[in-house]
Amino acid sequence: MTMAGSVTAAGIDVEKIREDFPVLKQTIHGKPLVYFDSAATAQKPFAVIDAIRKFHEVDCANIHRGVHELSQRSTAAYEETRSKARRFLNARNNSEIIFVRGTTEGINLVVSSWGRRNVREGDEIIISAMEHHSNIVPWQMLCEERSAKLRVIPMNDRGELILEEYEKLLNPRTRMVAFGHVSNALGTINPARQIIQMAHRAGALTLVDGAQAAPHMNIDVQALDSDFYTFSGHKVFGPTGIGVLHGKMRLLNAMPPYQGGGDMIRTVTFEKTTYNDLPYKFEAGTPNIAGGIGLGAALDYMTGIGLDKIAAYEHELLLYGTEALSKIPGLRLIGTAREKAAVLSFVIDGIHPHDIGTVLDRQGIAVRTGHHCAQPVMDWFHVPATTRASLAFYNTAAEIDALVAGLHKVKEVFG
Amino acid sequence: MVDDLYQETILDHSKRPRNHHSMEDANRKAEGYNPLCGDKLRLYLKIDDDIVQDASFEGSGCAISTASASLMTDSLKGKTREEALKLMEKFHDLLTTDTPASRDLGKLVVFCGVRDYPARVKCATLAWHTLKSALSNTGEPVTTE
Repeated sequence: MTMAGSVTAAGIDVEKIREDFPVLKQTIHGKPLVYFDSAATAQKPFAVIDAIRKFHEVDCANIHRGVHELSQRSTAAYEETRSKARRFLNARNNSEIIFVRGTTEGINLVVSSWGRRNVREGDEIIISAMEHHSNIVPWQMLCEERSAKLRVIPMNDRGELILEEYEKLLNPRTRMVAFGHVSNALGTINPARQIIQMAHRAGALTLVDGAQAAPHMNIDVQALDSDFYTFSGHKVFGPTGIGVLHGKMRLLNAMPPYQGGGDMIRTVTFEKTTYNDLPYKFEAGTPNIAGGIGLGAALDYMTGIGLDKIAAYEHELLLYGTEALSKIPGLRLIGTAREKAAVLSFVIDGIHPHDIGTVLDRQGIAVRTGHHCAQPVMDWFHVPATTRASLAFYNTAAEIDALVAGLHKVKEVFG
Repeated sequence: MVDDLYQETILDHSKRPRNHHSMEDANRKAEGYNPLCGDKLRLYLKIDDDIVQDASFEGSGCAISTASASLMTDSLKGKTREEALKLMEKFHDLLTTDTPASRDLGKLVVFCGVRDYPARVKCATLAWHTLKSALSNTGEPVTTE
């Protein structure tokens, strides 16, 4: 395939986009930085950096509680992000958008609030074999506490969930099916709509961990019909410490608060407290205001490019990268699903991922090495760890060529 | 460059680790684990009259941790328990401080490059943490975390 010029078939001007990301313009150990670790955290465009700076320089005040000008400005900017997040997810209502610290907290909120109220002894929770630890451990803790059973949808050797086996796991005791929309370790895009429909037919609810999907594709929670959907700001080119949980309004209304404190109350006496309406019922204490405002700028930035264009361009990169890496002798891709996001996870015969990572780093190439917080996935593929190159729309085919050259250097050192 | 880290001796010991086998008559054993990279190591010692008569290891890991276990087991033979612990301290200093390398380190000095790679210090020290556990004989597996 040819990817000559900076404008690609997908209609993305990647050189222009790269100008928006100051961090990319640097050398590491004397080589231009090649950032292939966006699945861990994505880099931030000027739009996000500037929005956070403007908040601190001009509008800084606490929200929801001041009559003064600054408080009104900061409240408006923070709440505007709620509208942006609603549009980003195509949710029905701003009240369904809960701000959290990130995907991990989104999942923990549902486990603590919905789970403790609804999961009883003998009930079952289904997760998948390719979950990140954050979508395993909270459910495991709940199941232990409630003597409920945790069941796991298996996958095949391409890293695709086996839906026939999933069907067999569903039964009247299934309360929740929690799964990743896109796998962080493998890149697999799971058939979310189908998984959700099957769960609903069995009378179970669904939670979608969207941490790895939100940076790469259009998300429509109404079309998916997900009951809960959560993602992290820092993986969608926004700051750390802010994320979104979407839940269906009738479910959120029926759930008890997650944490107690300021902002989540209507009235407080020593005898009784009444709680605030959605979404504030779930947002105790002063939130990450700057983060929320930065997230708004990030969502604007992504929608400004267009999620469909982003997905199409990254798919080009994925095909190019898959072909290029497959030509390296002794390299095995881990995760070869037919539906895949731009994640290239691999092992090389006889060379440990940490050694690969160190040699690549000395050539300016940032990859992730290790178990990617998905130890069960590593166990399934019988590898202790992998090297993972995770791409974003600011990456280029030339950077993939640099990775290939870097891997040849790795083989030279350890050959 | 990266050759400072992966010196010839390190590459040699990672590809052809010495003392890489179990030991039936070992009287001290310990296990080490680095949860960050999944590296696992089992160390065997045979100590008589307070002297390390033999040392070996099993397990697989990155080039740095394998070479470290290989060179460590080599250099322990003939040392008293106290000498082994002193060597461990000197090795740790080599990785984490700018002080000139002690002459007692011998071949172990090839790990001096690790100090420029803080993320890899744990790879080089896994075998030594495991040694400490074997010598104190707590029997608990050690981790680098």
